[in-house]
Amino acid sequence: MSERLTKSAARNIFYGGTAFFLLLFIALSIHTHLYIVNSSTDQATLTPSVAQGKRVWEHNACINCHSLLGEGAYFAPELGNVWVRYGGREHPEGARMGLKAWMRAQPTGVPGRRQMPQFNLSEQELDDLIDFLEWVSRIDTQGWPPNTAG
Amino acid sequence: MKYSTQKLAYPYFIAALALFAVQVLAGVLAGTAYTLPNLMAESLPFHIIRMIHTNALLVWLLLGYFGAAYFLIPEESERDIHSPKIAWLQLFIFVFAALAAVVSYLMGIHEGREFLEQPLWVKVLLVVAFLLFLYNVSMTVLKGRKTVVSTVLLLGMWGAALLFLFAFYNPDNLALDKMYWWYVVHLWVEGIWELIMASMLAFLLIKMTGVDREVIEKWLYVIVGLALFSGLLGTGHHYYWIGTPGYWQWIGSLFSILEVLPFFAMVLWCFHMVYRSGRNHPNKAAMLWSLGCPVMAFFGAGVWGLMHSFSFINFYSHGTQITAAHGHMAFYGAYVMLNLAFFTYALPQLRNVQPYNQILNMWSFWVMTASMAFMTFTLTFAGVLQTHLQRVMGLGFMEIQQQLDLFYWMRLLSGIVFVIGVILYIYAALGPVKNQVSPSLNLRAANK
Repeated sequence: MSERLTKSAARNIFYGGTAFFLLLFIALSIHTHLYIVNSSTDQATLTPSVAQGKRVWEHNACINCHSLLGEGAYFAPELGNVWVRYGGREHPEGARMGLKAWMRAQPTGVPGRRQMPQFNLSEQELDDLIDFLEWVSRIDTQGWPPNTAG
Repeated sequence: MKYSTQKLAYPYFIAALALFAVQVLAGVLAGTAYTLPNLMAESLPFHIIRMIHTNALLVWLLLGYFGAAYFLIPEESERDIHSPKIAWLQLFIFVFAALAAVVSYLMGIHEGREFLEQPLWVKVLLVVAFLLFLYNVSMTVLKGRKTVVSTVLLLGMWGAALLFLFAFYNPDNLALDKMYWWYVVHLWVEGIWELIMASMLAFLLIKMTGVDREVIEKWLYVIVGLALFSGLLGTGHHYYWIGTPGYWQWIGSLFSILEVLPFFAMVLWCFHMVYRSGRNHPNKAAMLWSLGCPVMAFFGAGVWGLMHSFSFINFYSHGTQITAAHGHMAFYGAYVMLNLAFFTYALPQLRNVQPYNQILNMWSFWVMTASMAFMTFTLTFAGVLQTHLQRVMGLGFMEIQQQLDLFYWMRLLSGIVFVIGVILYIYAALGPVKNQVSPSLNLRAANK
């Protein structure tokens, strides 16, 4: 094989193949973008408070302890489905109160248990953040995670 | 060293190693937060430590690539670097931006997407430094001899800079955000960075084995071809569960298998070239790192990556300690060892001495490699257990973590041993020059 494959042939395969796979990737990316906007996420309910909640999520770098849809750090629980775990689908008000109470109670100070810092979020920020997590829980994730444990 | 501007690599390597030390120290702190969670919970919370750990890694690896480019481009182009002043300015801006990021993290100032936490103005500074670099090396290459090594390296560097621009795009729709976030993260480390890796290895092979450049460069094309053919659509293995279409499960699973090939090809390439040359290069430590790099990359990035990237396995293992296991060995094998190989090769020339402190350097190789392998195994066991308890049995996250304590203690231990390896390396590389290889031996090998 090494005799038959010349350097210029290898070069042409590299550039030609890369161009081919790049175009294919771009085409699939465009389709995926449209699929996200039109099918898998609920663009209509992406309200300013959901967007604001995403800012709260980012401003406090929640991703560097928690995971969201499985991505992030693995130091603290998955939050893509925390709304479901708190029973938000059946009792939205109860879940909202529960999540707020939990975040306000941090850190727990329990010895030997990982501590979540107190971020001193305002009532508005808490509501926005919970709106964001509720919106995320409705993304069509092909059935992931396998159960409510996340 | 044939060109005086190759000396520019030296300060880059020193800065890179300093940030390497910062990275692994933050790593030990993060490992401590896993085992003794109350200790620093208030003073230095985990999310800040982790930002420093991951960001310092990325920045020092980039500093290593920049330095390597300034070292190898003059030899490849057969002329001095276009502007040493720009290279110094670039270094100053880049290091300033990195330190500013660390300080701002400690003060709690950061953005909030994983690995892209740098405040906006720091991101802008990083881009400015990157552009200065691209201008400087592109001008050098354009005016001089064009080789495959320098072309592939430039492609990699330009690609990395262009893809980083997606870091500035942050849509409100989380699924879109995640989709384009992977353009930076996946297409860097499983795509364009492999071009940088292969071209740096090609340069080391040409210099150390003396095998004909034509042969090495032909296989360089084959390897970077395999990297991009598999890596572009391999992005699919991150598009399973984030709101993306179902066909990515097929594409991602298939191309994940192919993603192993470039790493396997690199192993064969490096060992075959060294075997074929039959030459004993006096810098044995650099040779050890250059052969160790593709092997560990093959296991860390290739095997450990493939292990959990089939969609039907990833459904259960996604976002567990298995990912952490893979991430650690992949980065170490592919990119950390690559840089350490290059530093080990170039530093004797940069310091105007024969290869030195080789025994100590090789000790650091084995200490680091063994402890990283041990860390990867413990995290893999932790991850398998976590996957079963959480994803199959449905137990709560925090409940399970307590049962993984033993593994986290062993991980902390291996992290501490790794830091010892890093200290040995830095001392061997930058400390006093001892035990030089005799110059006559070096000359004989070079004339062969």
